Amino acid sequence: MGLENTLFESLPDVVTVKLDAVVNWARKSSIWPATFGLACCAIEMMNTVSARNDLSRFGAETFRASPRQADVMIVSGRVSRKMAPVLRRIYDQMPEPKWVISMGACATSGGVFDNYAIVQGVDKVVPVDIYVPGCPPRPEMLVHAITMLQEKIMKESVKDRRDTFEAESRESIVPGTLPVTEGTALERETEIEVAQNQVSRPYTIPSRHERRRSS
Amino acid sequence: MTEKLQEFVEKLKSLNPAWVTDVIEGHGEVTLMVPGESIVDVCRFMKVEQGFDLLADLCGADRGPEEDPRFEVDYHLFSTKHHNRLRLKVLLSEDDPHVMTVTQIWKTANWHERETYDLLGVIFDGHPDLRRILLPSDFDGHALRKDYPLRGYEPYSLN
Repeated sequence: MGLENTLFESLPDVVTVKLDAVVNWARKSSIWPATFGLACCAIEMMNTVSARNDLSRFGAETFRASPRQADVMIVSGRVSRKMAPVLRRIYDQMPEPKWVISMGACATSGGVFDNYAIVQGVDKVVPVDIYVPGCPPRPEMLVHAITMLQEKIMKESVKDRRDTFEAESRESIVPGTLPVTEGTALERETEIEVAQNQVSRPYTIPSRHERRRSS
Repeated sequence: MTEKLQEFVEKLKSLNPAWVTDVIEGHGEVTLMVPGESIVDVCRFMKVEQGFDLLADLCGADRGPEEDPRFEVDYHLFSTKHHNRLRLKVLLSEDDPHVMTVTQIWKTANWHERETYDLLGVIFDGHPDLRRILLPSDFDGHALRKDYPLRGYEPYSLN
């Protein structure tokens, strides 16, 4: 037969390779996006997976309706202040490893909607890996963003991507319209800090995973 | 004003002249200015006796902080029987933005009044469930007031 025989004859029985390289290669080759279509950018996102642009060439065409099965969240469109807790909750529901692509000017910076209703950049709510400019970006740009994300994944280490503990991952902070839980130790600390130092209350408290990534 | 609408307005005036303080016509539409305290009676009369069975819209407006009365609440009535439209308007001062609810007359007024309360801060007395409907429940202020800052209040706006 073709390739198998050639490989079998030319390669030794045992190949040593860095674990990161293998794992990252597997991860980047099959990035499943979570559908988070919020506005007109979502139309371009749908185009990206359609016949003309065919995102499946890069292994990222399997859009998942459930965040539990998704690897990357493509935030396509303006995030309203009321949508922000929902977006955060969906992000928290995604298992590690997870990435975020901020698609378009509105998701990145609020765009033309510089007002009380729109979050001025989705990076105030979730950590963003790739920003895609444009209003809306062309499908090619989103494809480029996916390939850029793949390059980024290849540079990562498996050690950085341990899943958060179950107890912590359930402590998603849900301000506003969603039911608020009793509050975690981290939240209580933050409340004390807000009261003592007269600082403004952060929209959401970064998880251990985000604190590690930003430092 | 069409004859039919004229008839309705005359009937309303004849029943109680205090119910209609002014009649405004323009662009083929008729607006009746109604004192705030009698809006429920007028609405009930319009629905039961005059056949305006559909509250097409209930909305509010802020005429600006320098105006007095500052707020207005508009009731857009429509009849599915004789296909006429009529607008009732109530003026409210900034110090006392209260008006009686009309939810007991038209059920649809429930959400419309919540929206008006949410965006303008007009309080509908007797409303069964007066809370925010469009803006987040922890929102500070009323967004469609003319003196509301476009970017909202800190730290709410996340700017």
